[in-house]
Amino acid sequence: MSETALSQPQRNIVSRLWNDKETRSVIIQIIAFAAIFALFFYMIRNAVINLEAIGKDIDFAFLTQPASYDIGQTLIEYTSRSSHFTAMIVGIINTLLIAVFGIFLSTILGFTLGVLRLSKNWLTNKLAYVYIEYTRNVPVLLHILLIHGLIVHALPLPKNALNVGDAAFLTNRGFFLPSPQFEFLFWLVLGLFIIGIIFSLWFRSYAKKIQDSTGKYYPVFWISLGAIVGIPLIAYFILGSPIQWQIPELKGFNYKGGMVVRPEFIALWIALSCYTAAFIGEIVRAGITAVSWGQTEASSAFGINRSRTLSLVVIPQALRIIIPPLTSQYLNITKNSSLAIAIGYMDIVATIGGISLNQTGREMECMTIVLLLYLSFSLLISAFMNWYNKRIKLTER
Amino acid sequence: MSNSTKIGTEQMNTDQDNIVIRINEMHKWYGQFHVLKNINLNVKRGEKIVICGPSGSGKSTMIRCINRLEEHQQGQIVVDGTELSNDLKNIEVVRKEVGMVFQHFNLFPHLTVLENCTLAPIWVRKTPRLEAEEMAMQYLERVKIPDQANKFPGQLSGGQQQRVAIARSLCMKPRIMLFDEPTSALDPEMIKEVLDVMIELASEGITMLCVTHEMGFAKTVADRVIFMDGGEIIEENSPQHFFDNPQHDRTRLFLSQILNH
Ligand SMILES: Nc1ncnc2c1ncn2[C@@H]1O[C@H](COP(=O)(O)OP(=O)(O)O)[C@@H](O)[C@H]1O
Ligand SMILES: [Mg+2]
Repeated sequence: MSETALSQPQRNIVSRLWNDKETRSVIIQIIAFAAIFALFFYMIRNAVINLEAIGKDIDFAFLTQPASYDIGQTLIEYTSRSSHFTAMIVGIINTLLIAVFGIFLSTILGFTLGVLRLSKNWLTNKLAYVYIEYTRNVPVLLHILLIHGLIVHALPLPKNALNVGDAAFLTNRGFFLPSPQFEFLFWLVLGLFIIGIIFSLWFRSYAKKIQDSTGKYYPVFWISLGAIVGIPLIAYFILGSPIQWQIPELKGFNYKGGMVVRPEFIALWIALSCYTAAFIGEIVRAGITAVSWGQTEASSAFGINRSRTLSLVVIPQALRIIIPPLTSQYLNITKNSSLAIAIGYMDIVATIGGISLNQTGREMECMTIVLLLYLSFSLLISAFMNWYNKRIKLTER
Repeated sequence: MSNSTKIGTEQMNTDQDNIVIRINEMHKWYGQFHVLKNINLNVKRGEKIVICGPSGSGKSTMIRCINRLEEHQQGQIVVDGTELSNDLKNIEVVRKEVGMVFQHFNLFPHLTVLENCTLAPIWVRKTPRLEAEEMAMQYLERVKIPDQANKFPGQLSGGQQQRVAIARSLCMKPRIMLFDEPTSALDPEMIKEVLDVMIELASEGITMLCVTHEMGFAKTVADRVIFMDGGEIIEENSPQHFFDNPQHDRTRLFLSQILNH
């Protein structure tokens, strides 16, 4: 490159800048940025002019007006006299509820599926395979409608509810579950539980210190499990089960008392989780198989046992392959939760982006809010996963 | 470590039982494929054995049976008095005593060179970390790369990686070392640095089984050369006799092929 520069000293400055690797990249970025900015400016100006032409402005004041519609599932206080803003908050909570529960369940299901797909047992392997292929090849909307349909049509009315041990009642109006009433002694159990968690955290580093200095190691997992689950459980029974379960009772046409999980939530949660789990299963399987067999051989040739080989050698390497596509699945499940509207689950799209929009006619404002909300959820998930990915990467390079 | 006591016990054992690996009428199949046929091999303590033969003749499979990375279906393999069977405890006992170096190194890419070396001592031998690290540094010095201890395997050349792999195995203080074509994946200029380390190791009394086609190495260190073909041991002899006066046509053909290369 320097040779051409020497042989052509008279080359003009534009050509020289353009042919320099770094300046060229800067120039391209400036042009791209200007183009995007111009496009946005044009679109926003266009929207404002068009809105003006039909006599509309952009105004978020409607958020304080009463929403005057009902929402089935509300975790905060809400009536039809609450504002659109409160309706939006209810929608946000419902979306986040589905996202968090969905990510939790799909991760557990997905990792289980991935491991089953790798199992040498023919039956479990093929079952997992069939499940994955069926689930991920049917549109998620269909799964949602199907499961919702099953709950609403196949489950009985409250008066002949499916009785699970005289405590839970499954009906087409939702699942009625006993709700806990905590007595004073329960807080003691909770205290033990928290102490268990703190103890486990401390014990982990203590065990590592002991191992570093003496070579002896403790079964950290089992001891932690005992401290977090075992001891509080024993205390719970010794203290005479200090939780009263309020059992739902049939009063008139419906159950009263206890708590109710609505059919829309269950349908959406199960459908999204099962669907996403199929993809996560494949991601996990691919991640584990991508770690070469030679790694397992080298580790076992030292006499390191199977479970340690997995936890010390295979999983750390598989995770860095799994995390990026897993992040996309978490984003997908969050965004796919907007299909809630199909079965009337009141999430962001159904509240602020649906009924509020229709009642107030504020399309621009409502859609902007919905868009910004999804964007910020997604960015938050990405940021967390990137942080996690970096953390596990740092330990290796 | 206490080298002198180790040699002492070794000599005691030598009097009682000189054979450290005993392979008796051993057969192995991959499905229908009869890959090892009636293998009989006794290895004396401290003996250096080079195994050669055409590709696919079962060399790797045979040495991998010695630490049970592969299982045999018939016959007997006894390593240092422990018979290999489905007994997991026995397998663990044998694997602690038998180090292995692979053709493709198989270092753990997510761990530093030092961590590669300390992993097994810490988790299998329950060595305190500091002690394991000191020992690892000693062995890294012996393979002449102590300055790379905190790098990751991906940052090293092939020759350096294979030397790390050797150090990593030595950290378990094995009595027996298995090498499966340790230089076959290396560029020519790196082969020597690895062979030098192996020659030095050979002079220290460890039992060595080495699959290799480096005939110079075989002549220098081997007590015995074994030639395999078609899953059988065709010929075994001292290097001198083996190279100067091969007994079988197949051996001669093989030697002419690799020596004319
Ligand atoms: N896991 C396996 N399954 C089936 N056949 C195998 C397997 N591993 C090796 N073989 C076959 O066994 C024979 C011996 O292989 P190997 O011991 O690797 O030979 P070498 O190391 O002498 O080149 C080859 O024909 C090879 O194809
Ligand atoms: Mg081989």
